[in-house]
Amino acid sequence: MSVAPPLLAVEGLTKSYGGIHAVRGVSFSLRAGEILALIGPNGAGKSTCFDMLNGQNKPDSGHVRLLGEETTGKKPREIWRMGVGRTFQITATFATMTVRENVQVALISHGKQLFNLFGSAPNFDRSEAGRLLELVGMGGYADRPCGELAYGDLKRLELAVALANEPKLLLMDEPTAGMAPRERVDLMRLTAQIAREKSIGVLFTEHDMDVVFEHADRIIVLNRGTLIAEGSPAEVRSNPQVQAVYLGEGLLYEAGHREGAST
Amino acid sequence: MKLTVQDLNSHYGPAHILFDIGFEVGEGEVVALLGRNGAGKSTTFRSIVGLVAQRSGRIMFEGKDVSAKPTHEIVRDGLGYVPEERRIFTDLTVEENLEVGKQSKRPNAPHWTREKLFALFPNLGEMKNRPGGRMSGGEQQMLTIARTLMGNPSLVLLDEPSEGLSPKIVEQMVDAILTMKKEGVSIVVSEQNLHFARLISDRAYIIERGRICFGGTMAELDARPDIRDAHLSL
Amino acid sequence: MAFYVVQFLTGLASAASLFLVASGLSIIFGVTRIVNFAHGAFYMIGAYIAFTLTERLSGAFGFWGSIVLAALAVALIGVLVEMVLLRRIYHAPELFQLLATFGLTLMVEDLVVLVWGPDDLVGRRAPGFKGAIDFFGQNIPSYDLFLIVLGPVVLGILWLLFQRTRWGVLVRAATQDRDMVAALGVNQKWLFTSVFAVGVFLAALGGALQIPRDAVHHAMDLRIIVEVFVVVVIGGLGSIVGAFVAAVLVSELNAFGILIFPKISIILVFLVMAVVLIVRPWGLFGKPEAAARKTPGLTVNPWRPLTSNERLASLAALVIAATLPLFAGNYALTVGSEIAIFVIFAVSLHFLMSVGGLASFGHAAYFGLGAYGIAFLAKMAGLPMIVCLLLGPLLGCMGAAVFGFFAVQLSGVYFAMLTLAFAQIVWSIAFQWVSVTGGDNGILGVWPEKWAASPSHFYWLALGVAALVTIVLRVMVFSPFGYALRATRDSLLRTEAIGINAKRIQWTAFVIAGTTAGIGGALFAYLKGSVFPDNLGISLSVDALVMVLLGGVETVSGAVIGAIVYKALNIWLVSQTDLSKLVLGGFIVLIVVVFPKGIVGMLEMLAQRRRKSSPPGSPLLAKPIESAE
Repeated sequence: MSVAPPLLAVEGLTKSYGGIHAVRGVSFSLRAGEILALIGPNGAGKSTCFDMLNGQNKPDSGHVRLLGEETTGKKPREIWRMGVGRTFQITATFATMTVRENVQVALISHGKQLFNLFGSAPNFDRSEAGRLLELVGMGGYADRPCGELAYGDLKRLELAVALANEPKLLLMDEPTAGMAPRERVDLMRLTAQIAREKSIGVLFTEHDMDVVFEHADRIIVLNRGTLIAEGSPAEVRSNPQVQAVYLGEGLLYEAGHREGAST
Repeated sequence: MKLTVQDLNSHYGPAHILFDIGFEVGEGEVVALLGRNGAGKSTTFRSIVGLVAQRSGRIMFEGKDVSAKPTHEIVRDGLGYVPEERRIFTDLTVEENLEVGKQSKRPNAPHWTREKLFALFPNLGEMKNRPGGRMSGGEQQMLTIARTLMGNPSLVLLDEPSEGLSPKIVEQMVDAILTMKKEGVSIVVSEQNLHFARLISDRAYIIERGRICFGGTMAELDARPDIRDAHLSL
Repeated sequence: MAFYVVQFLTGLASAASLFLVASGLSIIFGVTRIVNFAHGAFYMIGAYIAFTLTERLSGAFGFWGSIVLAALAVALIGVLVEMVLLRRIYHAPELFQLLATFGLTLMVEDLVVLVWGPDDLVGRRAPGFKGAIDFFGQNIPSYDLFLIVLGPVVLGILWLLFQRTRWGVLVRAATQDRDMVAALGVNQKWLFTSVFAVGVFLAALGGALQIPRDAVHHAMDLRIIVEVFVVVVIGGLGSIVGAFVAAVLVSELNAFGILIFPKISIILVFLVMAVVLIVRPWGLFGKPEAAARKTPGLTVNPWRPLTSNERLASLAALVIAATLPLFAGNYALTVGSEIAIFVIFAVSLHFLMSVGGLASFGHAAYFGLGAYGIAFLAKMAGLPMIVCLLLGPLLGCMGAAVFGFFAVQLSGVYFAMLTLAFAQIVWSIAFQWVSVTGGDNGILGVWPEKWAASPSHFYWLALGVAALVTIVLRVMVFSPFGYALRATRDSLLRTEAIGINAKRIQWTAFVIAGTTAGIGGALFAYLKGSVFPDNLGISLSVDALVMVLLGGVETVSGAVIGAIVYKALNIWLVSQTDLSKLVLGGFIVLIVVVFPKGIVGMLEMLAQRRRKSSPPGSPLLAKPIESAE
């Protein structure tokens, strides 16, 4: 047993709405550099769970600790300052600003210059913004208005923004939803590569099993608010309970995919 | 033909979403529109019922061009629409939700009463006075279909009816759709799940990046695994 | 004790009309998502028409018939307005809808004076309710008792209408999801029209029922609309029960507030509103709004700082403006000074509204506070002008700090209504607190010192300050803070997710904008030599909005151009016609409907179209910082 606390430790997370348990006693942990997928049917509590990790939502009970430090009850912006970056299922970017400006806002926040009234923002950390954009392959788009970008590019921009505060942990809510098949693979490869290089832990939810089985180091499965399985892609894939509630028994899903067909 | 769509092009603001979409639905047929998230399935449906402002092309419903009509007139002509996100009225009870959908009888379409719908979806009959917001996802999906059927449509556009539902509920959905078909309702169903589509549809079209890239019977689709694997997930 | 009971009953009676108007506003908002500023105008027309009819038709039947007939007639006018104007702007940003309906209000104000004259009209007593009832030695007008009963009765009727009729079910469904209702075969257009008619009917009925209690006059629209805004903010927009409870609450607070703070009774209402907003920002019975449409919301090109050529051009324009005293007379210089002051006012609102996405409908409050600040310092403390000019705007700053703190808790139409209500509260204080502010008579004799007294010197002063303010705010737009502010406008979700405390950013912007407006107000006090409550009135707030809108709400420098054009036009118009409100109102409606991008926005579009051959990489935003009229 290692003495150092894991990057992310979730213990007994519980939340109910109007008597219905959305999330019940969910516990798991995540190491630095590890890529963990959270899957499960719609309504299984993935979003609620996710929102409790990033501070949008407060658990009724349970703990979330980042490197041993409690984050429950903290606001999203405070959790971000502790080193948690995130991307949204439906991208949230600053549509009237350019791609570079989007990254610069995050850098300004990271550099605690938010109340700097007289500095020059267009020149603020321009090189770092450029570097982040290069990293996600958006270097050529820096001056484009964000509102004009294709959806896949917005997702990549979100990744660059999420990396601006040198996060220890990335929370990605359906990172490839709404993207073309090729883009999905590219984005997740990129994410995995960055995560491993910088030893960033990644937790993501996803419906595309290709993406999950190819990129996740480990998978946890949520159903009706409880964790029903945890393990490597191969273990989860062959878990009969997971097949029953999520992957399907063959009636509704292709056999090939059940075995995790590669892309 | 019940419904013929020709050269349908749609835009959201500056973004061109649909490119020359064309497909047909025969009388009493169930046709699947397959494709991934964001491929353009929902936009196609929304364009057909006039919920997308910037669209062009011809949409012939029962021999009449409805492409210039406002949404409510298209629906009153007997073209029902069940949206993807269900969009039930959460503050209204089950009964009230059905009331909103109510339209007069139509000679060429089955007539649905509350009783008939409660027989089709028994769960709904047990919660007539429950507000829509306090129903489970599956119940909401049933309600949204029942609500559209209250308009006595002769054709229904069903947008991803199996989305986010447990397999058990999906099986009920299959039964309901087959019952609707038996009653004489033509159906276009958009789906990502090929297997679900296979259980209910006669023919299928595949849409990818706003373009129709395949059209044929389910057997023809099975004969083309290349197309199937390139454009469909799961 | 009896006195308090009577006071309580008086409050309840006042609540009836307030509830009728507020519920009408709520119903209309629920379905159309338009906050109908013209609701007060419909209330007023209802009162005027009822007055005329009750004068013509005799007897009890004539009186009550007139009340109902008046409300029906106004509902018909409402239907016309809905079909001709509102149908064109249902998809416009909220700000435009508020402005268009405000434009209507202005037009109506002049029209009623044209038709009914400027004097107060005292209506007939209601047949059957002429007397008063003795309650332990205190008199209660029996008409008040009638109103007390009427309120709950109307609430009951509305409840039945919405719960028990198909129309009610459709309206409630449309309140949640308009498009889905259409997708089920319901004709939205007529649903909207009928809802609007019902809402307007309620407003007009509220007005008509007031004539036995109160004189009919041409300013009653603004008074009621502000109270109604307070009611819906407290009760929750869209909730009829909320409108009822809040109407009673506000009326009682007014009734008892007079006993506690006889001079500034409105303070009590403000305190309650503040508490409600902190505890439940969406009102007692309201629901949290889904993400509101963006206020600027059309299509926004990225902004960029001026190039060096553009800076030179701006400087040249400023130099040319500075030569005005060499050839212009005193009148022109005074006009020039006023325009410069309004440039300051407009750019301050622009900073909040275009950069921050927060459309304040009460920005004049901070302009006026700056002016009063000067008046207090110069007249009462006798400080020198320079000191006054430096300290005076601090009053605007403090006002903005207090009100802004609450206002930024909300967004969209709630923000607009709340800022308007705050401004009206400040106005009421200035108006009622005669011992300090001089009330309606204002504070006179605030003249500049000798060095700035001549028209040319004062013009240079105003021009210099305007240029400085414009430059400073522009620098802020492109500062890290300015980026963060724009970020909060574009996506609150994302700003929070990258560690930005959006409310604090917005509050800071509010204070900056308020202080800047205060600078404008301070100069204005010296220019006019006096300060009046109108310096913080609604019409001045709307002037600021129109200036920004006219210039182009989505541009960086539109406000400057908008202020110059609008103010020049306004001064000219007032000298040409007695019906300036009518013309101005029509003008506002026209801009909103046919000219929504404003002058600078149009120029940009034209410029872009001309350059269409080249890629749209660098949007044109070349505007002089300051120019001559």
